[in-house]
Amino acid sequence: MKDVIEGRVWCVGDELDTDQLIAGKYLTIIDPKELRKHVLENVDPSFSQQAKEGDILIAGENMGCGSSREHAPAALKAIPLGAVVANSFARIFFRNSINLGMPAIEAPGVRAIFQPGDTCRIFLREGRVVNVTRGKEVSFPPLPSHLMDLLEQGGLVEKVRQELKRSGAKP
Amino acid sequence: MSAPHAAQGTAARGGATLSQKILSRASGLEHVVPGQIVDGRVDLAMCHEQGAQAVLPFHQMEAKKVWDVDRVVVAIDHWVPASTEGAAQLHQILRHFAQEQGLKHFYDVGNHGICHQILAEHGWVVPGDLAVGTDSHTNMLGAMGAFAVGIGPTEYAAVLALGKIWLKVPSSIKVEVKGKLAKGVYAKDLVLRTIGEVRCDGARYKAIEYAGPTISSLSMSERFTLCNMTTEMGAKAGMVPPDSKTFEFLEKIAKHEMHPLYPDADATYERTVHLDVDGLEPQVACPYSPDNVRPISALVKEHVKVGQVFLGSCTNARMDDLREAARIFKGEKVAPHVRFIVSPASTSIYRQCLKEGLIELFTDGGAVFTNSSCSACFGGNMGILAPDEACASSSNRNFPGRMGAKEAKIYLMSPAAVALTAIRGEISDPREVL
Ligand code: SF4
Repeated sequence: MKDVIEGRVWCVGDELDTDQLIAGKYLTIIDPKELRKHVLENVDPSFSQQAKEGDILIAGENMGCGSSREHAPAALKAIPLGAVVANSFARIFFRNSINLGMPAIEAPGVRAIFQPGDTCRIFLREGRVVNVTRGKEVSFPPLPSHLMDLLEQGGLVEKVRQELKRSGAKP
Repeated sequence: MSAPHAAQGTAARGGATLSQKILSRASGLEHVVPGQIVDGRVDLAMCHEQGAQAVLPFHQMEAKKVWDVDRVVVAIDHWVPASTEGAAQLHQILRHFAQEQGLKHFYDVGNHGICHQILAEHGWVVPGDLAVGTDSHTNMLGAMGAFAVGIGPTEYAAVLALGKIWLKVPSSIKVEVKGKLAKGVYAKDLVLRTIGEVRCDGARYKAIEYAGPTISSLSMSERFTLCNMTTEMGAKAGMVPPDSKTFEFLEKIAKHEMHPLYPDADATYERTVHLDVDGLEPQVACPYSPDNVRPISALVKEHVKVGQVFLGSCTNARMDDLREAARIFKGEKVAPHVRFIVSPASTSIYRQCLKEGLIELFTDGGAVFTNSSCSACFGGNMGILAPDEACASSSNRNFPGRMGAKEAKIYLMSPAAVALTAIRGEISDPREVL
């Protein structure tokens, strides 16, 4: 995991729930590449077509509220987004993102300093999100070491794999 | 991560909330404090179709065996029987995985029900448990006096491999309720009122712990309704401390040993919400958020017409819910141009309805009585709404697109209100006929 993440910004509003991220009718899809085609399609149809690797999604309050569907962060990760930054997150969406190895950064006030298309730079360990285009920034409490480790290892799959290996493969 | 990262071990050792008690037990630590990250041993791990997504990561983790097959339940519910090819594949992946791993507790088609209801009626979660499930409404099982939490499939794979999960100990909001629910007013109205107060994000990363004389007076089914919708406040878990009703409910069905825990009298809560249900009227959550709650009288005045009515979901499709709705619907007919869908929460509830004549009662009046499943609740299987439609529902969510078209309007209310609304074709107050 790099300490500094930089990318072009997409913006969404408050209370973006998982039904809006991926509608119920797509829940039988497992392949993240397929899911990616439908992400946010009711909110901003251009997103799935034009978002590209390394872009950063900036959200308002309670990002990802609603269901436990991992389809939502999995679809974003498939782009692959560089990070999701929000004023605040819903709990399961936050966990799912980190577990998939996608940085989810809770930075109160972040939504207000960005417009779509701006360039965002995130200093993960320092706890700063900078709008390079407009020269504004907000700070955030850096992730606890437990979660930084998870991101560093590329997510939960790799972490558990290592753990099982260390414990002699037999759980 | 808005809760403070508490300095571990340095906090004054005050009393503990029920959440702290259960997570101490699960993590083998004497005392845990809000903000602390602990590794908890899992007592029960449940999945529905989303578990199919856990199979690939489970293998990528190079896990060989599920940690304990007697603590794993698979209960398919969203598309039962499979209504699309995609759903059929999810079921197949799960069946193969269950076979490969020797998972015995698989509630497959014919023995199925909504996953949370299956856990409840088979005694899979008992007081003091740490339970996880691949569904956000796993909170419902907190009604057993357990810490029950929803997780995603990758995380579920990790639980299957290791039998443990990392959790941040939440701070708790105490919801203390007194007063007596009037006729025509139910646990659903109480929880809707609570959501209106706490709001959709008011309990994020936190636990809701219910207390007070009204809660003690509620049946287990009503407690399930209360805990189920703590999810709509963003809560990590919602719970009711166990009492004689809990033990009675579990007496013959508990699948493993109980270790009941209770909050200390001097526990520290982040805040306490005091509610008095004396004089509470039926509540309705209006589009497009479960916290957009208004008293039903306001909607009755506006003559809000609906095209579909749904009596179902893990929130409110147990026997008491269906009986109460039947009491109102008996001998009546569904209003012209209205579809009334009734879906019991499990196969055993379906069979009980058959015995009690409820299937006949509902279908005589023009309702469609479906097989048990999540049904119209999530807009991916049946009972899907067109853009200009409105639906009265006993379920738990009304976000845009939840039951189909993103413009469709969903009004959440009690089963009794739903039944009268089906008869009249517009949102109606059940107190008028009870
Ligand atoms: S009934 Fe609805 S809320 Fe409950 S598990 Fe099924 S889809 Fe989720």
